[in-house]
Amino acid sequence: MAGPEIQIPDVSWRDNWREFPWWLVAIFGFLIVMAILVFTSENIREAFLFIIPGIQLTLYITLAGFALALVLGLLAGLGRISSNALVRNIAITYVEFVRGVPTLVLILTLAFVLVPAVSNAFGVDNRNVSIELRAILSLAIIYGAFLAEIFRAGIESISKGQMEAARSLGMNYRQSMQFIILPQAVRNISPALGNDFIAMLKDSSLASVLAVRELTQRARLYAGSTFRFPESYLVLTFCYLTMTIALSLLLRWYEQRLGKDSR
Amino acid sequence: MSDEIIVVDQLHKYFGSVQAVKGVDFRVKRGEVVLIVGPSGSGKSTVLRCINHLEVPTSGAVYIDGVHLEDKKTNINEVRAEVGMVFQQFNLFPHLTVLQNVTIAQEKVRKRSKEEAEKIAMEQLQRVGIPEKAGSYPRQLSGGQQQRVAIARSLAMQPKIMLFDEPTSALDPEMIKEVLDVMLDLAKAGMTMVVVTHEMGFAKAAADRVVFMDDGQIIEVGPPEQIFGKPQHERTQLFLSKILAH
Repeated sequence: MAGPEIQIPDVSWRDNWREFPWWLVAIFGFLIVMAILVFTSENIREAFLFIIPGIQLTLYITLAGFALALVLGLLAGLGRISSNALVRNIAITYVEFVRGVPTLVLILTLAFVLVPAVSNAFGVDNRNVSIELRAILSLAIIYGAFLAEIFRAGIESISKGQMEAARSLGMNYRQSMQFIILPQAVRNISPALGNDFIAMLKDSSLASVLAVRELTQRARLYAGSTFRFPESYLVLTFCYLTMTIALSLLLRWYEQRLGKDSR
Repeated sequence: MSDEIIVVDQLHKYFGSVQAVKGVDFRVKRGEVVLIVGPSGSGKSTVLRCINHLEVPTSGAVYIDGVHLEDKKTNINEVRAEVGMVFQQFNLFPHLTVLQNVTIAQEKVRKRSKEEAEKIAMEQLQRVGIPEKAGSYPRQLSGGQQQRVAIARSLAMQPKIMLFDEPTSALDPEMIKEVLDVMLDLAKAGMTMVVVTHEMGFAKAAADRVVFMDDGQIIEVGPPEQIFGKPQHERTQLFLSKILAH
């Protein structure tokens, strides 16, 4: 393969310092300083060791809530584009209702109004419904509405010809959605879903208002009993930032790979 | 069983306040190859799309092999499995390989096993001349190859009728022939075909009848020699002078 020699431009980052990801250096700098402090400072370590077990509940609430939200979002997204006026209006009511109320207010309302109402209707004492479950349901209902719009946009981004081709081969609506439209739509929206997962990880901190002992609640408890507010909340910030930065870097890498694949 | 496999009866179609089809009567016999020609916006694609119920007529009726499509009791998916359709834009499924494109409807609709579906798929890919592309993805294929896969995808369902909606209009000139050759073979094999196209060569070689449409109506019907050679109607003459001029 003797072709003309391709000149690779000299991209030493001294010339390209504008392009260098300094923001990443700054954030990693903060994380590293915090990690060092956990090992060197007695107070910080104590705060860290008290708060960190909450990560289990934080991850549990986020994962369970997101899984449920995916199901709700898919159903509501399909409902949004349904030709049945009743189904469509139910879906739109759900989405618009959730979008019109602050997340924190919704969590309180869902946990202390909707859950008791539903459990009473089924003859269950609502005190038997744990606060963790209430937090998961609340977050799932809230994020289900956001994901519904993502699913709808993803489905609508697939050209009409795809549905026509599938239907013209004799596949029914459900088969066409399941095997032809959704696999393409989900691939297109997977970065947006990833972003909402990160957003939900952060919003799981709002479960602390229900006294769920996840990261934020443990930090509040520790701060309240020791009066070490700076230590508590610095450690808490450190915990969330570590997780979100790791996830968003993973997401960037995945998006780049996705971009290369579709070429 | 009637000899007429497609019967279109007084078809009217409105899009909003625009009337695209104004009372079309149209019959196709088993094994017949019928071409629909006409200027764009003449309603020819709409008529074609009503034949497999991708468009629902505003009024009128379509019967496929005696089955009334607009009847609420008709299972439209069963009818569609018998009516293949090839689109201008190919509409292959980009997330599936060529082989999967040709097997998926066989498995989901015809309920064939994976092995059987793949065997039939390979036969059809052989028939359209690109068995070696079975493992490729549609985006790796040229336009002509994609359209041939689309034809194979429909044929694998073993339909009684094939509909073609301007199958060569989105193709580069050098790829038109490979697609027309496949269609020509199909016509020779006795397939019932309704084709919306302007390809005169194909019309002369394969068409039993040519239907000329303008402004949502059928203006003239006849064998290709008559329609293209000595058209009776003024509007047909005008249209032909335009497309033959270049």
